[in-house]
Amino acid sequence: MSPSDTPENTTAPGGGNSGEAPAEGPLIVFDQVVKRFGDLTVLDHLDFSVAHGERVTLIGPSGSGKTTILRLLMTLEKVTEGHIWIDGEPFSHMPRGNGLVPAGETYLRMKRKRIGMVFQQFNLFPNMSVRKNIMEAPVHVLGVSKDEAAQKAEELLDLVGLGDKIDAHPTQLSGGQQQRVAIARALAMSPEILLLDEVTSALDPELVTGVLDVLREVAENTDITMLCVTHEMGFARDVSHRVLMFDQGRIAEEGHPDQIFGDPRQERTKSFLKSVLENGH
Amino acid sequence: MENGSLPMFWDFEFTFEVMPSLLGGLWVTVQLTLIGYLIALTLGLLIAIVRRVPILGSVVHFVMEFIRTTPLIIQVVFVFFLLPASLAIPLLGDVPITAFTVGVVVLGIHYAAYTAEVYRSGIEGVAKGQWEAARALSLPTSRTWGAIVLPQAIRKVIPALGNYLISMFKDTPLLFAIGVAELLTRAQRIGSESFRMMEAITLVGVLFLLVSIPSAIVIRRLEKRYVAV
Ligand SMILES: Nc1ncnc2c1ncn2[C@@H]1O[C@H](COP(=O)(O)OP(=O)(O)OP(=O)(O)O)[C@@H](O)[C@H]1O
Ligand SMILES: [Mg+2]
Repeated sequence: MSPSDTPENTTAPGGGNSGEAPAEGPLIVFDQVVKRFGDLTVLDHLDFSVAHGERVTLIGPSGSGKTTILRLLMTLEKVTEGHIWIDGEPFSHMPRGNGLVPAGETYLRMKRKRIGMVFQQFNLFPNMSVRKNIMEAPVHVLGVSKDEAAQKAEELLDLVGLGDKIDAHPTQLSGGQQQRVAIARALAMSPEILLLDEVTSALDPELVTGVLDVLREVAENTDITMLCVTHEMGFARDVSHRVLMFDQGRIAEEGHPDQIFGDPRQERTKSFLKSVLENGH
Repeated sequence: MENGSLPMFWDFEFTFEVMPSLLGGLWVTVQLTLIGYLIALTLGLLIAIVRRVPILGSVVHFVMEFIRTTPLIIQVVFVFFLLPASLAIPLLGDVPITAFTVGVVVLGIHYAAYTAEVYRSGIEGVAKGQWEAARALSLPTSRTWGAIVLPQAIRKVIPALGNYLISMFKDTPLLFAIGVAELLTRAQRIGSESFRMMEAITLVGVLFLLVSIPSAIVIRRLEKRYVAV
């Protein structure tokens, strides 16, 4: 995907004019997105897009804005300037009259259902069993029947290799197991887009592989679009179509994982990859 | 009293004589406590949630601050003697405005100002990640509060809430000021009629202990059970 895929203007995002099938345009478009926290500019007129079914890995030094990008997509943060589009429709904003206004809660609630997120700290609900954790959103957001949701929960737990833990409580599970439940919980909403923010970095080293294997399987067997922040370079190389290297809220370099990891062109990318290797990831 | 001098020994006959009336008073005290507590628990929760609403929350906060910084006894007397009946009737509906209803409602509201703070600390103690996970799953606000935030918040504050039950129980004698027929009011009446104030007041103390010690033990148990998690 080249930079020319980003839209020229905000009224016809994703290059999708009315005659085109929606699948032809990019799924996610960041259009001149600025995010500031007070005086700190975290994302600086960021442009990038992600195609349907594409798996993109975000790398870059601490504070470069990787988490912020995922949080903007999960609507946990709001853009300061610029627009985010999903499937050719405004996402950070909503149509009002002839223009766009910042999206309201109701609009966001409707739109973000197709996006799922897995957090570094798992964030399972400790007051619910594993089964209830997974069933909660399908039942109460999608209106799926309890029987159906329970069956889906069983299937998903089998997928992540935790079929026998369905009645356990999160506190009774290891970090790796909790994270696999969190993945199952996100998948239960059948998201089109899955956001993964350093999902293995809170885990003991011996538990990392189990979680990554689950994600490899998800990547192989579904066409879910994935945005993944990770320091696991081997994993990134295996599953992603493209790597974006961030630095100071901008894309410093992007390319195929083999190129980024094997033949990085930018000094910043080289030094970043070197530091990651030295830190033993 | 045959000679008017203070009785120097404990009069058991007198004790049995007045016990039914005192037990009746104890029953009123327990009712005041339980109904008042119910009001404090529900109203306090409501307040804790409303406090997160931008402007309304600040107003509610100010009112609660006012309630916490004035003595309960002043509030009770003020509402009972000075609040015009015309104002109280729409608030209480068909419930007759007796000293009991005023007492129990004021007690409940007063303690709601405290339980609200307890709930608030519990709610603030729920990890930010829980809200974010709920949002990431698009859960409706009602589920986020009802199924995730409040169950975790309340679990943590059960011991603190339990302590307020005992505090309320111990505060009920203040309703003596408006003549609610609770334990102290009755004992005072009995004592002054019989000139046996010592027995009457001692019995009040004993009866209070008989209720509050077991309650305290139960609450310590709850504390052990919930605080550890
Ligand atoms: N809510 C916030 N308020 C203020 N500053 C914030 C907030 N969230 C993030 N930041 C700041 O924004 C910058 C980018 O943060 P972000 O979490 O996106 O970085 P990151 O690339 O994910 O870094 P890391 O690799 O350490 O996770 C950091 O300097 C961070 O301190
Ligand atoms: Mg981060």
